[in-house]
Amino acid sequence: MTAAARASVAPTAATVSRLPDGRWRALEIAFWLLPVAAFFVLPDYRVLGSQILIAGLFAVSLDLILGYAGIVSLGHAAFFGIGAYAAGLLAKNGFNEPISGLLVAAAVAALAGYLVSFLVVRGSDLTRLMVTLGIGLMAWEAANKAAFVTGGVDGLSFTAGKLLGTWGFDLGGRTAFLYALAVVFVVLLIVRRLVSSPFGLSLRGIREGGKRMPAIGAPVGKRLRTIFTVAAAVAGIAGALLAQTTQFVGIDSLGFPRSAELLIMLVLGGTGRLYGGFVGAAVFMIAQDYLSGIDPVYWEFWIGFFLVVIVLFARGGVLGGLDSLRERLVSRQ
Amino acid sequence: MTPALRTQSLSKEWGSFKANNDVTLAFAPGARHALIGPNGAGKTTFINLLTGALLPTAGEVFLGDENITALPQDARVKRGMTRTFQINTLFPGLTVLESVVLAICEREGRAGVWHRTVAQQRAAADEAGALLESLHLTAERNATTRSLAYGKQRLIEIALALATRPRILLLDEPAAGIPAGESAELFGVIAALPREVTIVFIEHDMDLVFRFAERITVLVAGRVLIEGTPAEIAADKRVKEVYLGEAERG
Repeated sequence: MTAAARASVAPTAATVSRLPDGRWRALEIAFWLLPVAAFFVLPDYRVLGSQILIAGLFAVSLDLILGYAGIVSLGHAAFFGIGAYAAGLLAKNGFNEPISGLLVAAAVAALAGYLVSFLVVRGSDLTRLMVTLGIGLMAWEAANKAAFVTGGVDGLSFTAGKLLGTWGFDLGGRTAFLYALAVVFVVLLIVRRLVSSPFGLSLRGIREGGKRMPAIGAPVGKRLRTIFTVAAAVAGIAGALLAQTTQFVGIDSLGFPRSAELLIMLVLGGTGRLYGGFVGAAVFMIAQDYLSGIDPVYWEFWIGFFLVVIVLFARGGVLGGLDSLRERLVSRQ
Repeated sequence: MTPALRTQSLSKEWGSFKANNDVTLAFAPGARHALIGPNGAGKTTFINLLTGALLPTAGEVFLGDENITALPQDARVKRGMTRTFQINTLFPGLTVLESVVLAICEREGRAGVWHRTVAQQRAAADEAGALLESLHLTAERNATTRSLAYGKQRLIEIALALATRPRILLLDEPAAGIPAGESAELFGVIAALPREVTIVFIEHDMDLVFRFAERITVLVAGRVLIEGTPAEIAADKRVKEVYLGEAERG
């Protein structure tokens, strides 16, 4: 076959119909090799590493509602905290097998998310901001007042059971890191399938054309309630992971600052891109670790500075910025 | 014969302003029915009441024999009544193909599926491809909607509506803002729809109205002024006064 004939047979951009197909891309595989490599190369950073993975998963859960469906939230930490307390209280009361604890935490957070979703689906962005903010404040105060159960501001310490009955959670963070990585990976497998599915497409449809969706027969409220419930479950898993790997639940796990930090991480990394949450969490927490080492008081200044720069000059966060950089390079060739 | 769609004393008020005032209309199955009237006559409000985008202050809407006055928008679409928008109401960040596949998945009840990818919805993708080809949008299918020229976006308005396979199609100025040559082409697409589809359309271009409509209703100040065949409307003195005269002067 001549080169010309081959070119005419090979599918080109003009003949291929592009739809989300959920295929693994090289960059994605490279992304997952990073934490594996970090485990061996940076053994001293396993604790930080597992916290980045957990924060990343938490940010992904916000991305599902904010980045994909376009629902803003200032109270997403409520579900993170509910998951954390569910896992913590379960372990504290004698049921400390981690994996089943994680599943129970996911279910409890999902139930909470489902109930709240009815309030969030209604109204405009501002209403949603206020409703989610209010729910977050109520969750914090409820945990504070119920100190006899939650430990209040002192927090809740407990002993996590051995993972699969074999590996205990050690101070070096070995088990914690591998457990977090495995759970985060499995949840991401589900989430990445979800976002490339017709359901995921309908969420993007709601974000892009909320007014058109009912006119093509889409039950918008039902879709939003579903994704809000799923996002709450994922947030609950992230919260439970943090609780189990640190064997502690602090009341800050459902506080407003955590919701705000979460939003910063996601926007830093890039919304609606699945991996933006992880990138943002890594940038945020490594910067926090590094900058607060230099000057513990002023690190938030720099995070704030980067946030402003990213939002103004690199729309779509770090990943969005990289995307447009790549497009510029390709078009120049 | 039962009308495909009818309204009974439909009214919509905002304070003392009556956008629609006691509108009773019936559309026969397979009708090609134009709604005309000066700006502010309440034509788009009427479409919004039919589709459930607005709820009426008084009156009722019937789809066949069913009273659908209280049904939400998506339920009306599921029953076969779809609209297009006067001002493009699309999915700017989705590709053309994604938009149409989404509309087809919604129609087929598959848009809640989360464990299969969009690319695996072969039937929907093939149908979307054929629909886009019939609208001469094949070359644009992988482009994001916002990157397309206005005229192409008007065609996507139609494509999204057709993807729901409506029995009743409500077109709100489908050719608004596109050049005369292209608007004739666009109406060609609409004219080629199966005869059993009931079409109600709002249009300002009288050439298009009289070429395409088999019945015409004139709305003025929220009320039905007259309804009739194009010949009857063209001959009516009051219509000339309130509407056609104005158009001729303009």
